[in-house]
Amino acid sequence: MTKSINELISEYALRIGDTSLILGQRLGEWCGHGPILEEDIALTNISLDLIGQSRAFLTYAGSLEEKKRTEDELAFFRDAREYKNTLLAEQPNGDFAQTILRQLFISTFQYYFFDKLKQSKDAMFAGLAEKSFKEVAYHVRHATEWTYRLGDGTKESNDKMKHALSELWRYTGDLFLMNETDKILIKEGIAVDLHEVKKDWEKKIREVFLQATLVFPEDNFMITGGILGNHTEYLGHILAEMQILPRSYPGAEW
Amino acid sequence: MTEQEREKQFEAKIAGGQIIEAKDWMPERYRKQLIRIMSQHAHSEIVGMLPEGNWITRAPSLRRKAVLLAKVQDEAGHGLYIYSGTETLNVSRDELTNDLLSGKAKYSSIFNYPTLSWADMGSIGWLVDGAAIVNQTALAKCSYGPYARAMVRICKEENFHHKQGYEILATLMKGTKEQQAMAQDSVNRFWWPALMMFGPSDKDSPNTAELMRWKVKRYTNDDLRQRFIDRTIPQAENIGIKIPDVDLKWDEKTKHYQHGEINWEEFFNVIKGNGICNKERLQSRNDAHEKGTWVREAAEAYARKQSSKQVAA
Amino acid sequence: MSSSQWPLWEVFLQKKSGLPFEHAGNVHAPDKEIALQNARDVYSRRNEATCIWVVLSENIISSTPEDVSSFFDPANDKIYRHPNFYKTPGASFE
Repeated sequence: MTKSINELISEYALRIGDTSLILGQRLGEWCGHGPILEEDIALTNISLDLIGQSRAFLTYAGSLEEKKRTEDELAFFRDAREYKNTLLAEQPNGDFAQTILRQLFISTFQYYFFDKLKQSKDAMFAGLAEKSFKEVAYHVRHATEWTYRLGDGTKESNDKMKHALSELWRYTGDLFLMNETDKILIKEGIAVDLHEVKKDWEKKIREVFLQATLVFPEDNFMITGGILGNHTEYLGHILAEMQILPRSYPGAEW
Repeated sequence: MTEQEREKQFEAKIAGGQIIEAKDWMPERYRKQLIRIMSQHAHSEIVGMLPEGNWITRAPSLRRKAVLLAKVQDEAGHGLYIYSGTETLNVSRDELTNDLLSGKAKYSSIFNYPTLSWADMGSIGWLVDGAAIVNQTALAKCSYGPYARAMVRICKEENFHHKQGYEILATLMKGTKEQQAMAQDSVNRFWWPALMMFGPSDKDSPNTAELMRWKVKRYTNDDLRQRFIDRTIPQAENIGIKIPDVDLKWDEKTKHYQHGEINWEEFFNVIKGNGICNKERLQSRNDAHEKGTWVREAAEAYARKQSSKQVAA
Repeated sequence: MSSSQWPLWEVFLQKKSGLPFEHAGNVHAPDKEIALQNARDVYSRRNEATCIWVVLSENIISSTPEDVSSFFDPANDKIYRHPNFYKTPGASFE
């Protein structure tokens, strides 16, 4: 059974929305616990941008389905296997170094991704990308500046960045995973060719690492599968917590 | 000018309705009292992030999640605005923070109550922020400029907190039986602690007279509490929430609601540190501070390296 | 390694281009970039700014209350600096 183009666009929108949602959810865990109050507010701001993006992309995804699910039905009533976020997004906050590095990886990806999605032939994607791009540009700035400070700060902070890198690097390849859906949508001028994003991403990360006195890993072993619903175990726990109320009280309005 | 003459001038200034600014002369006791009140207020905003932060990951819709995040974030902002005002009194945020972390400084006892259900997000917004607004609107006219200005800014932002809380409860009261019970249970738990937020009755409030003369406080604790009750009861009736006070009744003569006796024993107990969450709240703040130490040091070290590079270049 | 607090920066916001900058409050930050970012996150969450200045608090020089009489009182009696000091019978200056 082949999927209609609308189904493919819907699936593509889910991937984008899910990554923003899960990362936003993770950052929300910091609220009230940041390393300094000003930074607490900054992390929450990024989380808020991401939740906003997820709402827009999930709403769009739902509108293209036969079932016409709402943003909340999509967020709260899908299981882990149906989630299409990138694996990095679901990785634990860890310490501040790990949170910043995860943010640097994903925000830099989103920056080049949305920049290209602005040219999408799908008008909705183009419009949402325009708005998201501005938000993500700030996230990149924030994560970049902190990567400099933690990488080139003290011995302790440098060690923590190295540790974060060893935790996260193997999931970076998942950012660029593509399948049949991508192929068709790229041909239609709707989706972004992630090969190109990968080149820009690597160049930028190399630059940031250089200034942050971090070594760009040449290790190419990657764990992938987010868009296929092949997640790490963390996602199940994130969803169990996030979905508890709507699932405990079916049919209730909040 | 002698100390006495300065003090006389200061009192005259305040009596004349003038505002005191950071660099103006002020009696040491006025400064001390302001530091105490302002830092307590700032700490309350910061500790106040915790009970609501507890539900961010479990908010039942994406809209509610965004609103709650924005709200808790505002509280961090409000804490900062007030710390910022307090620092004009020649005390550093470090000193203030250390007093909070060591347990020396106080913060509002309301935040030592646990948030057990989603409805508590409603009660905190509606009752706790509702009470805070009544307090802060009065403080926006206080005699110390930096504090008053912070309050003006905060009051503008706080109204959204109040309304979103009410909206949560209103939605629950229109919902299923379980949701209605959840809302009522929450208000049952938060009503009395919210009334206690205004502080002990005036006859037991040793600071009131002096603070009123200095126009730091513009109304007594009991006056503000009454104002809060009068405006809140009709809102409760509007959505079918029952106020858990059997003695509550409208007094046609005074045009005010009369309320039952407040359990001051509980109040002083929680202040003493015997609230359900006292230990947890302080532990959370201490953890955040300790886990942040290496981050703050790294940023300082980086800044030093950058400026020495600039000097060398 | 010290763990003293980060230096204090004063924050000024311009609400719209064309309007003057107004003092908003302060933030702690280790350097100017973070000061700018913190000011943005703390003081412009509701579209309050189109431009932000941050300046190290210790670099601000303020007049003191003792300066008031010598600084500002002498301007009190120079009413000829105000346009309504002048009589211009019949003529319109709108």
